[in-house]
Amino acid sequence: MITRCLFGAAMFCIAGMPAAAQLKLPSGFKATVLTTDMQHARHIAVAPNGVIFVKLERLKNGKGIYRLEDTNGDGKPDKVTGFGDYVGTGMYLKGDYLYASSNTDVYRYRLDKNYNVLNPDKPEHIVRGLLDRGEHNSKSIVLDNDGNLYVNIGAYSNACQVSDRQKGSPGRMPCPILDSAGGIWEFKAGVPDQTYGDDHRYATGLRNVVGLDWNTATNTLFVMQHGRDQLSDLFPQYWDSKQSAVLPAECMYELHKGSNCGWPYIFYDQIQHKQIESPEYGGDGKKGPSRQYQDPVIAFPGHLAPDGLLFYTGNQFPAKYKNGAFIAFHGSWNRAPQPQEGYYVVFVPFSNGKPSGNWEVFANNFAGGPDKMQPGSAEHRPCGLAQGPDGSIYVTDDQRNGGTIWKISYHK
Amino acid sequence: MKINAIALIAAVGSMAMTSGPVMPAQGGIRASITRGKQVYLEQCLACHQADASGVPNMNPPLIKTKYVLGDKVALVKIVLNGMHGEKIGDDDYTGVMAPHPDLTDQQIADVLTFVRNSFGNKASAVTPAQVKTIRATNKPPAQ
Repeated sequence: MITRCLFGAAMFCIAGMPAAAQLKLPSGFKATVLTTDMQHARHIAVAPNGVIFVKLERLKNGKGIYRLEDTNGDGKPDKVTGFGDYVGTGMYLKGDYLYASSNTDVYRYRLDKNYNVLNPDKPEHIVRGLLDRGEHNSKSIVLDNDGNLYVNIGAYSNACQVSDRQKGSPGRMPCPILDSAGGIWEFKAGVPDQTYGDDHRYATGLRNVVGLDWNTATNTLFVMQHGRDQLSDLFPQYWDSKQSAVLPAECMYELHKGSNCGWPYIFYDQIQHKQIESPEYGGDGKKGPSRQYQDPVIAFPGHLAPDGLLFYTGNQFPAKYKNGAFIAFHGSWNRAPQPQEGYYVVFVPFSNGKPSGNWEVFANNFAGGPDKMQPGSAEHRPCGLAQGPDGSIYVTDDQRNGGTIWKISYHK
Repeated sequence: MKINAIALIAAVGSMAMTSGPVMPAQGGIRASITRGKQVYLEQCLACHQADASGVPNMNPPLIKTKYVLGDKVALVKIVLNGMHGEKIGDDDYTGVMAPHPDLTDQQIADVLTFVRNSFGNKASAVTPAQVKTIRATNKPPAQ
């Protein structure tokens, strides 16, 4: 506790409630707090030697990336160094390089054998000039095993209305946003100065993806879409607030080159188990679309805000976790006036590349209690996920006063 | 008696602001707040939340900010024209607020009076006459 107080924020000492004890986990799992100092932490990468890299969406002492190393073997980072003078979300480590994104660009940093950053002030500039219009501007990144880099470019809109989120404003047809956002773009991981181009769009019809991962069992890209908001606000004639709290589904998609998941023209209704035409495009909550788009592999309840996705390849956790998916649900806001939901990490078992059972809550109570299940009052909001070399998983927290990174391990 | 006292205070506050009608709204400030709460539930709550604490990084809080407590002209124009991408204090908010020109002068006056007198806020009422004047010279945002 004393160590935690020295290293962590004072408020945790005064509150007397170590963030580690707060998480509710399945039997046999234990959470350790590695730091409480990484406010606005988004995605995270863990090197084969245990060194942690985390991307921040606000600069901390002028730096937007932090490297955390445990040099004395006590299990907690004691050497913390910052670099990169830009905010952002994306953080991914592959081979000898650390990849990082701002809200417009992707950079990579060469690492030495101890995962020190060789030229922290001179990264290679891999992708530049991606769209940032505020809404849904984070650029999540992941690499496959063939030297390709995948970048999410979120749509700066809820449902591609003429006037965003305005009641009665129709959907634009075709949606002009899709030429430069609302999808996943593919680049070469080692080629500098790439930007938009004819061959780079990998998948479209995705409103906003924050959590994504390369599934090495299927050798395909999986993404978590943030579904649209405000069905009952904008169309009270079709949905009441209870229906709108859980619709549309937060969808997991398995993507291939050319995938089209249908935003903004459709959304997926997990209760009717079908694609529904968007009301801005003539839908009434029941009518299916005039053309079918790709179906999700899993459809979660609405507005949970999936910000992290990790396929578990480790050997530390029990066998059922192998190749399954962990998803960090940041926590809802668009369920109001109904109760909010999320603020947890869930697990979905996979077998032969497909979900093989129901999803279950894995790590819960990030908010800190039922009275704190609001985006503004939650103590922590889970965001990034990574797997460490020993098979533990890491969870970040981007809440304003949160800043916690947990390591979750299994002990028989 | 209590209601009358509040109405009087609001009326005096209102008189100092405009040369128009002195009453803040039909039925006094208490009635305006009651009506405004209903407008808030229907138009504002989904994004700004039940306790007006907002959504970090997306939708700003409506608690004791200069936007809510300050210049009424700017505040009315936010409702009429919407808002996008504001820095409030050290926090950036990237959410999109739609314009609400469809709300009546009375509804805008009521909801702003409600917000300015709820969630720990305390400020003078906004009157329909003030909204009408501001709307008359307001330039709607380009589409």
